[in-house]
Amino acid sequence: MKTIIDGLYKAFENRVRLGIMAALAVNETLEFTALKEYLDVTDGNLASHMKALEKEKFVGVKKSFIDRKPNTRYYMTTQGKKAFEEHLNTLESIIKAQK
Amino acid sequence: MKKEQDYIKDITEIRSMMERSTKFLSLTGISGVMAGIYALIGAYLVYRFFYRNSSTDFFTTVTGGEINGSLWNMIFLAFAVLILSVGTAVFFSFKKAGKSGEKLWNASARRLIINMAIPLVAGGLLTLVFLTKGLFALVIPVTLIFYGLALTNAGKFTFEEMKSLGIIQIFLGLLAAYFLEFSLLFWAFGFGVMHILYGIYMHLKYEK
Repeated sequence: MKTIIDGLYKAFENRVRLGIMAALAVNETLEFTALKEYLDVTDGNLASHMKALEKEKFVGVKKSFIDRKPNTRYYMTTQGKKAFEEHLNTLESIIKAQK
Repeated sequence: MKKEQDYIKDITEIRSMMERSTKFLSLTGISGVMAGIYALIGAYLVYRFFYRNSSTDFFTTVTGGEINGSLWNMIFLAFAVLILSVGTAVFFSFKKAGKSGEKLWNASARRLIINMAIPLVAGGLLTLVFLTKGLFALVIPVTLIFYGLALTNAGKFTFEEMKSLGIIQIFLGLLAAYFLEFSLLFWAFGFGVMHILYGIYMHLKYEK
């Protein structure tokens, strides 16, 4: 896994991705449209960030149909949860060390 | 390489996202104050026109009775207070959400409504059962108790303080059930005074 310093994940360097992970950390699943609203980004922007996180296996996708309309829901994988937690802990210790 | 400032910003973003995606924060203090004022006016009208000149004492009797004209008026009044309060809350929330660039009807709003609706609908149905059985006196304490349960439940999905308001309402409802002759007073205190105090507190704490 790519990390900048030990424990800081390159995948979470971008603030949109950090936002995605934060939202998924406290919600079992979230729809694409809900994430888009929270983050205030375009469809294409969010989709590319989701793809990157999917590739790292930090998030999973559940695709289904509701009233014959496609519905995309995302959730955080166990691997993603672990990485996000480590990232947070590292952020915390960096800030503490510099105080 | 990022600087310390960036890391702090990262954490701020994470915290705000966690809160925004789980809690509905577009409620305003002013809605609370307005709901309290409507409730006080409603309680006063009930006291003025029904309480004082009611021959059959449906505020203290639990032995049953018929739904008569003045009771219908009271039910109508209660509904008017409810609709005005909810309408005001939606109106001010809509304005607040618009100001912060968020949509009013999002996942957090849905979650809040559903979790509030479960105790509220149960309480509402129980109230209807009591009305049809003629147990009028129990209606006032029951509305307070179930409203309190709804708020306690809702506290997880919006401002934490709502939980405390809920517990106070439950407590007032229990007191109203025990001291039935003062139930309208407890109701006015819970739905009126407590809403106003809560609204002012929330306004000063979050909207200043």
